[in-house]
Amino acid sequence: MAALHFHNVTLGYDRHPAVHHLSGEVARGALVAVIGPNGAGKSTLLRGIVGILRPLDGSIHLGGLDSRDVAYLPQSAEIDRSFPISVFDFVGTGLWRGTGLFGGIGKAARDKILRAIASVGLNGFENRPIGTLSGGQMQRVLFARVVLQDASLIVLDEPFNAIDSKTTTDLLALVKHWHGEGRTVLAALHDMEMVRSHFTETLVLARGPVAWGPTAEVLTPENLLVAMRMCEAFDDSAAACAADDASSQAA
Amino acid sequence: MLYDALIGPFTEFEFMRRALAAVIALSLAGAPIGVFLMLRRMSLVGDAMAHAILPGAAVGFLLSGLNLFAMTAGGLIAGFAVAILAGVVARSTGLKEDASLATFYLASLALGVTIVSIKGTNIDLLHVLFGNILAMDDQTLLVVAFNATVTLLVLAVIYRPLVIESVDPLFLRTVSRAGGPAHLAFLALVVINLVNGFQALGTLLAVGLMILPAGIARFWSRDLTAMISIAVVAAAVSGYAGLVLSFQTRVPSGPAIILVATIIYIASVLFGRVGGVVRQMFPGRHLEA
Repeated sequence: MAALHFHNVTLGYDRHPAVHHLSGEVARGALVAVIGPNGAGKSTLLRGIVGILRPLDGSIHLGGLDSRDVAYLPQSAEIDRSFPISVFDFVGTGLWRGTGLFGGIGKAARDKILRAIASVGLNGFENRPIGTLSGGQMQRVLFARVVLQDASLIVLDEPFNAIDSKTTTDLLALVKHWHGEGRTVLAALHDMEMVRSHFTETLVLARGPVAWGPTAEVLTPENLLVAMRMCEAFDDSAAACAADDASSQAA
Repeated sequence: MLYDALIGPFTEFEFMRRALAAVIALSLAGAPIGVFLMLRRMSLVGDAMAHAILPGAAVGFLLSGLNLFAMTAGGLIAGFAVAILAGVVARSTGLKEDASLATFYLASLALGVTIVSIKGTNIDLLHVLFGNILAMDDQTLLVVAFNATVTLLVLAVIYRPLVIESVDPLFLRTVSRAGGPAHLAFLALVVINLVNGFQALGTLLAVGLMILPAGIARFWSRDLTAMISIAVVAAAVSGYAGLVLSFQTRVPSGPAIILVATIIYIASVLFGRVGGVVRQMFPGRHLEA
């Protein structure tokens, strides 16, 4: 049973494709790395999966999941760090699916929030305003919120950017824990070593899919070279795309 | 005596009691809205909207004199119209929202003053511009109390999405569709409270009882709930002290209230626990960890 099904998906902005003709499936419980150069369409693909961006063409199916079963950690969160909210309350927003507009936060929920904060190693930070956290601590807070969201599909956009090795190790352990719990995890990444040693499946993206499959088979110098050569700029005078469905099946 | 100065006016005169009740109602509803305006960096939007309601209120005045229902209805319509128009102009053109709002509010102010001048006297104009909380009748007080109640109820409903939308709008968008409606409801509350303040403080000062208390609260707490409570108390205290000041010195009531709030604000800027000037100049020795 697939957790995610891409059917000839094209995603982009102003009709220009950033992800071009992607087809394929992500199995339930898979741990997938999405790699590719800057501008390859990684973030765009993830935005399409969580439903912030509507496909220009084709469709993405969430395998019967509600969009609330998806937890999304964006690359550059538009978080107002000056807003007066504590770590506890901020992480607590991850319970939205259960509480909604009015649901109370009872004893059980409070314990859950505290456990989530502890799971990212931030015990003692509960009452700190989020504005006082360092970059790495804020990333831990965002991971704690993902923990609380208890989603079956977790989408992480370059979660280890500008994060030190200690924090990366801790958070990566959390990602593998999610994998162990049978959740489906997709992560856009740049660290090839990390991908090679921790992620079972890899999608190499360069606007179009370059290769997709078991990491060991896909992560070859040839594939990476192809991805690197991708032309980044949109062609303003590009004609409408005439490619049919069969043009670039990668899966 | 102190009793005569501070409490006497309210036991003695009914209009003072009504004014006090009105100013407390305004504080309860307006101050929390002001806190959110400030945190969402919309303080000047509130100011612009306050001017925007003037033409509507003026048309109401033109049609039925100093009838507060007509003026309130007109103000609500004009406020919503400008809020929506400014949003549309900003979103459909490259013009930044603050620039388009500035245009709207200047035009509204000019139009409103013109309309009032056509029919009314200078006294009417003063009333519209600066309000007159001491002239409030029972009906107006009921309108003010009703609006305040509605505000608190709606705020309770949209509180959670409003907070999350203020901190992390993208997250709210991925888990819920409540963000957009919450934002619109919030704008509606801003307009309702401006119209409310308009009765007491006039179009130029209506936003004062929302923004100044919020600014005061910012200097005393880093916690949202505490900030809202402090803002409400600051607004009510300003209202009460302003009324007393106005009663004793013949300073007009609206400006008296705002002046008291300003004094508290300056004191907070200087001595506030969170980021006050004195605190920053003498922060004490740095800590161990």
